[in-house]
Amino acid sequence: MADTKSMQIENKQVDKKKTKSHRITFGIIYLVLAAFIWIVFVNGTDTSILTTFNMTPGGSSAYMDDWIFPTASTLSTLAFICAIAGAYQIIRGFGKFTNGILALVAGIFIFSFLSWASSGGSINLAGLLRVTVVRAVPLTLGAMAGMLCERSGTVNIAIEGMMLTSAFVSTVIASLTNLWIGMLAGVLTGGLIAWIHGVLTIKYKVDHTISGTVINIFATGITSFLSSKFLQKTDYQYLNEPGMFPQIDIPVLSKIPFVGPILFSHNMYVYAMFLLVPFLTVMLFSTRWGLRLRSVGEHPKAADTLGINVIKTRYMAVILGGMMAGFAGTYFTLGSSGRFDELLTAGRGFIALAAMLFGNYHPVGAMGAGLLFGFFDSLSAKASILKVPIPSDFLGMMPYLATIVVLAGVVGRSQAPAAAGKSYDKESL
Amino acid sequence: MAPLLELRGITKRFPGVLANDHIDLTLEKGEIHALLGENGAGKTTLMNILYGLYSQDEGDIFVNGNKVTINEPTDAIKAGIGMVHQHFMLIPVFTVTENIMLGEEYVKAGGFLDRKKAAAKITEISDKYNLNVNPDAYVRDLPVGTQQRVEIIKILFREAEILIMDEPSAVLTPQEVDELFKIMRVLVDQGKSIIFITHKLREVMECADRITVIRGGKVIGSTTPKEADTKKLATMMVGRDVQLKIKKTKSDPKETVLNVENLRVMNSQQHLAVDDISFNVRAGEVLGIAGVQGNGQTELVRALTGLLPPTEGKIEILGQDTPQEKPRFITELGSAHIPEDRQKDGLILAFPVADNLILNTYFHEPFSKGITLQFDEIANSGNALVEKFDIRTPSVNTPVSNLSGGNQQKVIVAREFSRPIKLLIASQPTRGLDVGSIEYIHKRLMAKREEGCAILLVSTELDEIIQLSDRIAVMYRGKILDILDAQDATKEVLGLLMAGIKPSDEMKSQAKHEEQIILT
Repeated sequence: MADTKSMQIENKQVDKKKTKSHRITFGIIYLVLAAFIWIVFVNGTDTSILTTFNMTPGGSSAYMDDWIFPTASTLSTLAFICAIAGAYQIIRGFGKFTNGILALVAGIFIFSFLSWASSGGSINLAGLLRVTVVRAVPLTLGAMAGMLCERSGTVNIAIEGMMLTSAFVSTVIASLTNLWIGMLAGVLTGGLIAWIHGVLTIKYKVDHTISGTVINIFATGITSFLSSKFLQKTDYQYLNEPGMFPQIDIPVLSKIPFVGPILFSHNMYVYAMFLLVPFLTVMLFSTRWGLRLRSVGEHPKAADTLGINVIKTRYMAVILGGMMAGFAGTYFTLGSSGRFDELLTAGRGFIALAAMLFGNYHPVGAMGAGLLFGFFDSLSAKASILKVPIPSDFLGMMPYLATIVVLAGVVGRSQAPAAAGKSYDKESL
Repeated sequence: MAPLLELRGITKRFPGVLANDHIDLTLEKGEIHALLGENGAGKTTLMNILYGLYSQDEGDIFVNGNKVTINEPTDAIKAGIGMVHQHFMLIPVFTVTENIMLGEEYVKAGGFLDRKKAAAKITEISDKYNLNVNPDAYVRDLPVGTQQRVEIIKILFREAEILIMDEPSAVLTPQEVDELFKIMRVLVDQGKSIIFITHKLREVMECADRITVIRGGKVIGSTTPKEADTKKLATMMVGRDVQLKIKKTKSDPKETVLNVENLRVMNSQQHLAVDDISFNVRAGEVLGIAGVQGNGQTELVRALTGLLPPTEGKIEILGQDTPQEKPRFITELGSAHIPEDRQKDGLILAFPVADNLILNTYFHEPFSKGITLQFDEIANSGNALVEKFDIRTPSVNTPVSNLSGGNQQKVIVAREFSRPIKLLIASQPTRGLDVGSIEYIHKRLMAKREEGCAILLVSTELDEIIQLSDRIAVMYRGKILDILDAQDATKEVLGLLMAGIKPSDEMKSQAKHEEQIILT
């Protein structure tokens, strides 16, 4: 037992060394951000200028007064807070609050940027956050789709293709029948494509990335072809009029000023996201089903020796993941645009995978990442209205830059399931 | 009364191989039955059939006299059979509890896992058999010995009566092996029965009640430790007389060939794997490096052979500084390398034997002239080496992947020994080989020593280290704890060092004394 102890102590020492360099890096980053707020934002702003944040999104009944504050003095205070955090981080470190402080400093920086960008004018903060939530939906759902697959050992980069195809199918079916049947058709389409991915990777042991790429290319081709041949032609317009799920205002909750319109005044996709995240978390980490699913993705041979059917479990997880991706796909048409256009998913399936990694294969983390990406997404759309000397395209790059930074391991490396991407061969040891 | 377990006429064919040929085996309640055989004899195949991982082509399995059909591990578990696999079947990111209850989960209403109840049962089992396992620990944080005990609890948790242990000692230090044997005794005393698979004669003699020897997929015979001795067992295992002990002349070390000072090496995870090591190897002597796998030996060898640049320290081969040199410079100096993973680092599996034999000389005459390879020369030299080193291959054009492990290793030895070398770095040269091949490789190594070659032998097999080395260094967590003369080194002392404990001088002489008593 002495062995265990000395090993743990050694591990701790290694961790300590690592955290020390991490600690100092973070501290320096905080200081740089503080300096940036000070030099760029505060210095360029006259002391008399005010910033106005509108706290009510357009068309909402839950009214809240605008938030008006003097730009320069507020920003100075925020820069000061960042600097203190940085100094403390270098000298002592925040221990278990490290990630919380990191989020706080990042939040302060973004807030400062917004204040500066809208100084002398106004920005609709509530509207910005409302759009953030909406944009997070396909990313979070897509990330959870990828998570179901990868947690069980199958890499699925075909989320994009599954979304696109299901968006197409749901549009046509919903146009012919109704929204719910259309949505269901989209979910089944996702499941069907995932089954093909499963057959290729689980049964025929094709490289998972290749199978996924093939599916993506196929989905792009077939939907673009059928769309240009039918959906975009005036003769067939009746196939491209699915309608949209209506906005549902949650009684009472949606009347809360500021928060209400941001969180509780959406169509059913946003609520589905809010429900699916905790549901999947509980399923994955607290049930027999989840334990077995994860075991198959970590060490299939071990699961097999304990009588768990690896192949069946993997098929089940991949198909469920595909259905989740299919559901996410129907959001684009039935929840957002109300019609199908070529390539309307615009790479969101891949961003969803980034959100999955960013969120460390955890549903809650995935939603956090989805919201972050969604925020930049909605910010880049807003930025074109603001009189900021930064091109909105640059802001549009922010989510991807953030992904690169995260994947490079700055905020602690995400832990992929050990057997992800490896097909299982029963007779080999 | 019917035996607890009976296998009758088990036969399993793989394409081109008869892995099990009508094997009969019985296991009585409360005994440790050792299944002894060389690698590839068919022990593991037989056990995988018994555990439902493979299905037999012929034969029947009886438990308590009743015939059972085992197609899946679940069937085996139901029949009361559990298995500790050679490579642990544990999920590092799961806790002990999660690993153990996987497949047999305790659930509360609504399908939620009942971790508390399972942990309580694990603690109960752990206490009953004195296994000392914490159910809430993550498996990745546990030392190997504890992981093995987790595997044992996994079986007991399923209330198995029959435990199959497949080469359980392979990953353990000698002390941990003793501990394991004690645990096995406790299990048997409490009414469990154990099938113990191994190829190590000493272990069989030490802990088995009954021994069955398997060779070439057939049962050769059964005996007990009282009736048999290691010599007889070895002969049964290999099918001919084997020289177990290599005759070693006294070494006559000459000039220093390899000199290492204050070497530090980082592994791929940027952890310090070799921590401030100094030693030298002289011409005509064997320096053995003992240690449990994963204590920095791999990184040390990679640094010495130029595959991994060290972060600090000095490496001198024949007076040349080499830390920053490329592998080819080091081989051209007259150093040879038998890598620990022959299939990954030693051979190009898809290439024919002849090409593998010239991997580090192909750019010299006569194998190449200008930019072209001389195929006739390569084939001739290949044939000569195949003959000289007794490599069993249909032809020199056969891909190396088609050869057996022993013959693959002979290809590497032939390649390295056919050059004029002054330093040999041999890492696990006999891992996974049968007794016959081990004997052959050992003889070759000793012959090189006689010729005046300096040999650095890295091995996790203590017997091998003690037999071949003139001096023995023990590595633990990247450091060399001690360098002993082979005469002073006992298994006891080496075992303590391998576990990171520096024995006092008294203990050393005490151990030596005890060993002498046992020997005489």
